[in-house]
Amino acid sequence: MKSKLNIDPAMTPIGSPLAFTRRALFGHAAGGIGTLALSSLQNAQGGLTTFAPKAKRIIYLFMQGGPSQLDLFDPKPGLAKRHGEELPESIRQGQRLTTMTSKQTSLPVAPSPFKFAQHGQSGAWMSELLPHTAKVADELCIIRSLNSEAINHDPAITFLQTGHQQPGRPSFGSWLSYGLGTENSDLPAFVVLISRGSAVSPADPLYARLWGSGFLPSNHQGVSFRSSGDPVLYLSNPEGVSRADRRRLLTTLSKLNTMQHKQSLDPEINTRIAQYEMAFRMQSSVPELTDLKGESDDTFRRYGEDARRPGTFAANCLLARRLAERGCRFIQLYHRGWDQHYNLPTNLALQANDVDQASAALVTDLRQRGLLEDTLVVWGGEFGRTTYSQGKLTGTNFGRDHHGRCFTVWMAGGGVKPGITHGETDDYCYGITRDPVHVHDFNATIMRLFGIDHTKLTFRFQGRDFRLTDIHGQVVNAIIA
Amino acid sequence: MSTRTSITLGHCLLVGLIVVNAATATVEYNRDVRPILSDKCFKCHGFDLNTRKAKLRLDEREEALKPAKSGELPIVPGNPEASAIIQRIESADPGEVMPPAKDHAPLKAGEIAILKQWIAEGAKYQAHWAFVPPQSGNAKNIDEIVRASLARHGLKPSSKVDEATLRRRVALALTGLPASSFDTKPSSFESFVDTLLASPHYGERLALDWLDAARYADTNGYYTDAERQAWPWRDWVIRAFNENLPFDRFTTEQLAGDLLPNATLEQKIATAFNRNHMVSNESGIIEEEYRTGYVCDRVETTAETWLGLTMGCAKCHDHKYDPITQRDYYSLFAAFNNIEEKGIIKEVAPLGAAPAILLPTLEQQKKLDELGGELKQLQAKLKAVQPSLQQDIARWEASALGSLPPAPTAGSLVHFSFDTDAADYGPKRVKSGVTGKLEDGPGVKGRATMLNATQYIDFADPQGLERDVPFTLSVWINPGSSPQGCVASKQDSDANGRGFEILWYKSQPRINLAHRYGHDGIEVVAKDKFSGGQWRHLVITYDGSSRAAGLNIYVDGKLSEVDVRRDTLSGSIASKEPWRIGWKGTGIGFDGGVDEFRLFDRVLTADEVAALHWREFFEGTLATARDRRAKAASEKLEAYYIARHGTPEMRMLSQQLTQTRDAEESLRKSVISIAVMQEMAKPRETHVLTRGQYDQPAEQVSFTVPASLGELGANMPRNRLGLAQWLVSKENPLTARVMVNRLWTMCFGDGLVRTPNDFGLQGEAPTNAELLDWLAVRFRDGDAHTKPWDVKALLKLIVTSETFKQSSCFTPELLARDPDNRLLARGPRFRLPAEVLRDQALAISRLLVPTIGGPSVKPPQPPGLWEAVSYNGEASYSADQGDATHRRGLYTFWKRQSPPPDMLTFDAPTREVCTIRRPRTNTPLQALLLLNDANYQEAAQALAQLALKQKNHRIEWAFQRATGRSAKPAEVAELQAFFDDQLARSSELAAWTMMASLLLNLDEVQTQH
Repeated sequence: MKSKLNIDPAMTPIGSPLAFTRRALFGHAAGGIGTLALSSLQNAQGGLTTFAPKAKRIIYLFMQGGPSQLDLFDPKPGLAKRHGEELPESIRQGQRLTTMTSKQTSLPVAPSPFKFAQHGQSGAWMSELLPHTAKVADELCIIRSLNSEAINHDPAITFLQTGHQQPGRPSFGSWLSYGLGTENSDLPAFVVLISRGSAVSPADPLYARLWGSGFLPSNHQGVSFRSSGDPVLYLSNPEGVSRADRRRLLTTLSKLNTMQHKQSLDPEINTRIAQYEMAFRMQSSVPELTDLKGESDDTFRRYGEDARRPGTFAANCLLARRLAERGCRFIQLYHRGWDQHYNLPTNLALQANDVDQASAALVTDLRQRGLLEDTLVVWGGEFGRTTYSQGKLTGTNFGRDHHGRCFTVWMAGGGVKPGITHGETDDYCYGITRDPVHVHDFNATIMRLFGIDHTKLTFRFQGRDFRLTDIHGQVVNAIIA
Repeated sequence: MSTRTSITLGHCLLVGLIVVNAATATVEYNRDVRPILSDKCFKCHGFDLNTRKAKLRLDEREEALKPAKSGELPIVPGNPEASAIIQRIESADPGEVMPPAKDHAPLKAGEIAILKQWIAEGAKYQAHWAFVPPQSGNAKNIDEIVRASLARHGLKPSSKVDEATLRRRVALALTGLPASSFDTKPSSFESFVDTLLASPHYGERLALDWLDAARYADTNGYYTDAERQAWPWRDWVIRAFNENLPFDRFTTEQLAGDLLPNATLEQKIATAFNRNHMVSNESGIIEEEYRTGYVCDRVETTAETWLGLTMGCAKCHDHKYDPITQRDYYSLFAAFNNIEEKGIIKEVAPLGAAPAILLPTLEQQKKLDELGGELKQLQAKLKAVQPSLQQDIARWEASALGSLPPAPTAGSLVHFSFDTDAADYGPKRVKSGVTGKLEDGPGVKGRATMLNATQYIDFADPQGLERDVPFTLSVWINPGSSPQGCVASKQDSDANGRGFEILWYKSQPRINLAHRYGHDGIEVVAKDKFSGGQWRHLVITYDGSSRAAGLNIYVDGKLSEVDVRRDTLSGSIASKEPWRIGWKGTGIGFDGGVDEFRLFDRVLTADEVAALHWREFFEGTLATARDRRAKAASEKLEAYYIARHGTPEMRMLSQQLTQTRDAEESLRKSVISIAVMQEMAKPRETHVLTRGQYDQPAEQVSFTVPASLGELGANMPRNRLGLAQWLVSKENPLTARVMVNRLWTMCFGDGLVRTPNDFGLQGEAPTNAELLDWLAVRFRDGDAHTKPWDVKALLKLIVTSETFKQSSCFTPELLARDPDNRLLARGPRFRLPAEVLRDQALAISRLLVPTIGGPSVKPPQPPGLWEAVSYNGEASYSADQGDATHRRGLYTFWKRQSPPPDMLTFDAPTREVCTIRRPRTNTPLQALLLLNDANYQEAAQALAQLALKQKNHRIEWAFQRATGRSAKPAEVAELQAFFDDQLARSSELAAWTMMASLLLNLDEVQTQH
């Protein structure tokens, strides 16, 4: 969508200088709008260094609920002999716990029951739960030292995705839509795809705010694609209305609106006419996008047969690739059900099995299509999990509570260094011993990959220039290629 | 300065651009200089002491003229070249230049020129306009002020719009409905306005913006987003506007209605304004962190709504731009910190989060009064029949236990009495353990364990649960405020869920015996529904038959009727998990008390169950002194005694008493309650919280108002009531301006202050300060004909002005010089708000059901939206039917996690936080919605049917109905051609439905113009 056209002229000057500049520019620019907007941003603010963007789009595979870093990516073999021992106070250091385990009389160490091995030339460690991901180890930049202050789902996911634990701020995707616009005017710039996990753990809630636009103009909010019915709300014509009927209606509507424009000279009318035309184009571009019939059997083998079932994580990964091909800016997937408070061994395996093959397939598919260079793939959740067991620890069964002090995410493509592991955690996988990456640092780094200085993509609201990273954030240069 | 550079500086100078171009070259501090200093300098050289650099402050003249540490003079009036700030701003040395190079915010040439000119002209400061009480000047009316301003800019007002368009405009502005919804006969425009102001739909339109500010919604927002019932407050707002409650009272009742002398129920409901914030039920959160957050929300919402100020910045540190200290923030916080509330909210509708008040309907209240009367009568009769009843019972109690049949003991496997500790069990010792820290409390007999859904007790299976093995489980529970939980289980926690569980689910016991959960098993729900707060006895017997018929549920010793939900058990139910009390492995705990847990290896008979019930009940109750027993226990004991030892007449009275009590209890449970403000007897201590952290209290503070905005009057109480009185006092410079701006926005689409949520230093100056102040004073003080704070009178003043009546068409000149209509040289023109778009479509098609108020409704929405995001996909939207689908938009059920998609698409906020102004976008998704949404399709079809009822000139008629004006011949011709084309391809109704849809999609129908 041409976001610039969507801004009410009366609204525009109230926003940041950026909004105004962009409108002025976008009135004329047709393609490559993103770059123009970006350089104008920097020029308007004082001609500072323009970063060359490495990523043009992002596919964000969000593992909602908090996958266990120490059962997937961050092995702690030393814990095997500490099974059931109390987490030492020297490690815990009295930091706050959720009230689900803060009342627990004991915090027994639960070593991972899964086997780890090193993979690829990079020698990245991965557990047996991720056999496919292991095969693309050399494409991945694994960050073991992400950390967040939040210890519960709602604030943690809101923090990671909006830069603030309380609601009210724009989501990451809406910031990028606002800052960079789109490369395809027939599709939304920011798309959301949701899938349910196989684990019996609770599927924690999602919220419209996670893809909301906060105080940014609402046209930057994410468009949630659905797996049944219209992929985009209200996309289909009512029963009995053909595409030709719709065309005729729009033509007449446009004529009448034009008559009104002649009389009132209101520029909004012309914008509205253009938006109705874009709606008409979306009625064909979106079904074309979501129709997987043209995909080869080979593709389905690669992503897994699940990809044939709409609404699965695998199908959403395939859709994500198709969106990336078509220039969608921010493709946000959520896979729910990573909240393994209990029965982690069984449930984590189910969750990993849901996503492993398709995540890896997405990376290789993008690579083969030449898209990985400028498409950033991110895989991770809102926090990690505790090294100690929530509830009773038995030989084969245990659970883990939320843990924000260190957790693992991986990135691929889009200008990150492939085949590296960044950051280290202590022997208990409880705290960070090297190269901590705070949520704000992480978000700042993603912005940097898009060529954006995170301190400069701002929007004035209530007298303050807000940004995704609040007043924080250090770009992690070590992971940028 | 070039036009382009000034535009890129943003809104502040854009205003300046219009003004400076037209006026002479004098620089004015508030208009021209302050925006630059505020934006570029005050962050380090302003109000906030903690971040002030080099002890230099530039926001006060006296300070800015003093020599700096270095001896330099920051500002030398009359001599820009000698002023250090200019030297530093123009410095080429990266170490010297201001603002510092790292800020990436250098001043533009135009800005520097303004600063120089200002210093050259004497560096005159002005107080910030919004912090000085408004003065009304000599103008007589709106038009005089607007025209004077237009003349200064060399512009003329536009001509008056035609009457039909004007009536549509004013009807939409004041009621959110088209003019055709009202009696348009009144000859004069003024009497039409009076009709609108008197319409009950006026209050609905006024409420719209207020609901956004008050972050009103039908759910709690955080985590599982549980339902709440806040609509009685929404109805209060509508009523208050309709009754034209003066704005000072409107303010006082919402902020402090409970503190008014002899507060009425209505005044207490009004205070729900400050309980509309989000609340969380996420297990694991820290109570105080969230409770503190709720109080902060009240502070910030109140400040933004009444003062147009952003207090939020001062939560962690002194405000960077406005004169609000962190201490000010917590001094205001103190006013909202004194209600007996929790951080984790487990109550769900119809129960409001405490403190809450019950809101029986008139009918319910009448019935409750009746039942109360009956109870008294029955008790009096019983006493008359047997005056010595209580003494008789007391005497009988001494030997009562001896007369009871013995409790069954044969086959007992396990007994947890919880009297000493959890490891207190029966004849066959089993290995048990505890997860979490147990707390105990008074039980039905001795002590009980009190669970909060995070702890549980487990024990090894003493006999081997299997589908062919009979057993009996007996347990007393006293559920807390959470509506569901797991009482006990022995169940695998994988997807098959093999095993056994007792859930207390939505106030009903629910039993599952499963081989594969949800597929192969027995699921039975007791029809007995009971709420928490009382000890209830549950017994489950199972005969090993693998059939639902072989499973009985007893509640309080009596066999309960059941709903059999599943009866397909054919596989093993043996589980490798231990028995757990208060827990199932997938992480569902139990909130409430648990006592006297027993397992038997056989099916107890009904008599044995009754014996067990009464034994445990009597042993527990009789051990408690008569005057210390729970009321319910005493009543139960009395009923038992009379049933066995009373005369037939007493038995009849006792039965009636029990029935009446049950009826009263179940009625009470259906009465809704709403969360309100209610002051604690002893206020909480309030501290400044370092960096806004809930666990970092610093100095103690008490309630007062921000010093820079004035002070509390001597007579004003030091609580929320005092705050409300101060907000509407003459000393307060902001409240009247902020409300006037809100009402102006409603009529014109944009305010006189274009940053309606920021009247502070970073906000925009008013587009017409004289007009704003004139209106504010008039609103605050009233005049010879109107009372102070009269909202309807102010709106009438606005809409009957010539300024409002102007044509909204642009001219090429206005398009170039004032596209945003800051100078008001034309009438209002803007796309209608989401709700009004819907209301208008329903009104045009005559589908609208004009009922005012009541519980929120669920018109159709695309399927699956709630399931996609809700906890475990549990919440599911089921659309209402009939009238409820044709109510006005403000009654649509508002789920914060997944707000109504038609509202979100048209820029409505999520209602998670206070929103003062909605953006106004123009997107293809909006086009798709208006063209294809079922609700709009239904409206199109209804309009088509109306058109078909017209004998002739159907197109003209329908056009008039949709737009409120007559169609021009060229328009009719286009529409006729379209219709003929459609008719050639489809039925007449289908062609007309397309036509109606087209009309409802016209730009001018979507626009207030």
